[in-house]
Amino acid sequence: MKLQANHDMGGLTAGRIVPREHTYEPWEKRVDALMMLLSNKDRQLLKVDELRRNIETLGPSAYERMTYYERWMHAICQTLVQRGVITLDELGRRMEEVKARGALPDEGAG
Amino acid sequence: MQAIGMYGIEPRGAPHVEACFHDGDAVRVRVAFPPGHVRTPFYCRGKVGVIERLCGAFPNPEELAYNRSGLPAQPLYRVRFTSRDLWPGLNAPHGDVVEIEIFQHWLEPMEAA
Amino acid sequence: MNAPPGAPHDHTHFRDDEASISYYRTMEIAVRELLVEKNVFSLADVRAQIEAMDARTPARGARVVARAWTDAAYRERLLANGAAACEELGLELGPLKLVVVENTPQTHNVIVCTLCSCYPRMLLGLPPDWYKSREYRSRVVREPRRVLEEFGTRLPDAVSIRVHDSTADMRYLVLPMRPTDTDGMNEAQLASRVSRDAMIGTTVIDR
Repeated sequence: MKLQANHDMGGLTAGRIVPREHTYEPWEKRVDALMMLLSNKDRQLLKVDELRRNIETLGPSAYERMTYYERWMHAICQTLVQRGVITLDELGRRMEEVKARGALPDEGAG
Repeated sequence: MQAIGMYGIEPRGAPHVEACFHDGDAVRVRVAFPPGHVRTPFYCRGKVGVIERLCGAFPNPEELAYNRSGLPAQPLYRVRFTSRDLWPGLNAPHGDVVEIEIFQHWLEPMEAA
Repeated sequence: MNAPPGAPHDHTHFRDDEASISYYRTMEIAVRELLVEKNVFSLADVRAQIEAMDARTPARGARVVARAWTDAAYRERLLANGAAACEELGLELGPLKLVVVENTPQTHNVIVCTLCSCYPRMLLGLPPDWYKSREYRSRVVREPRRVLEEFGTRLPDAVSIRVHDSTADMRYLVLPMRPTDTDGMNEAQLASRVSRDAMIGTTVIDR
């Protein structure tokens, strides 16, 4: 049985470091902003360790496949559902509405 | 027991566990593999290090992860491990070290030699 | 390229992506809309948060380093309590606890977060992709010298390496050594010599 969790990777062998970086896209910054706003002491609707737990419980293949802010978005959403801030029903309906609108990623943010 | 570290208790004034290790004490990281959100890296479990400093007392992240208070706050230390102890066989230079923040409940005292 | 995110003129920039809007982008829009409707926050709050994020760049960390290079008493205070010393310069770190680790001719420091991606973002902004990569997180605690070589940093064995794994409530900033060719420079000139990666510890500043 593998006891070492997928995210707990210190000391494993891995390839050469690719010095990659990119300018964060607006949607990525908004995901970051969501986390900052929700965890803010005035709201306290999300704890950073809840976010991390919800990232860590992604299966290894999802963890590797998803981008950094996709993992965050998944975890923010899970935390909000776990806490009852939003329901899966309203989320599922709203996501379909957003798709049907053909919304641009920035819609509603300006 | 030693005065809680330079960064104090978080949240301020919260109930906390007293610190039982001093700077320079040799400690061993407990070997345990509970499922869940743990901030003690796998690579240091069972390893022996030395307390570099007491940082303060902070809510236990293993509890925060489930939206509980994490109180009483747990003393948090920076523990220094030599690379040679962490990675035997790699023959790192003697002075190379890794310093890791570890909560007190993951540490056990080394018997005095 | 760095237009204020969320500003209306961004829409044209994103029209190309319209057809391929992904699952998580859709989720971000939906969650944001729901939270605004529930009065958890406003769109103005989101914008303000992003503006604050954009204002946090490595120039902040560089200011701290330059001050420490020019003011010995400040350097002492910075090493003793990083957050308090940053606040002296008007850099508010919020709840962040900062440990500043100083490079010397004998010791070189480098920071990592093997468990996720903890980073001194209040001083350096959002981390680069490589800092969050499996390769960096896995390897730098085990073979820091080889990792540093991949960044073009070769350290003799006589220089000890201290790797700091940010596993809990502390964040780290490396105080690089002041280059020797900087006599007489003012703080702003010195700050311009301080790179982000030197404050992470993957590089050293050429002297």
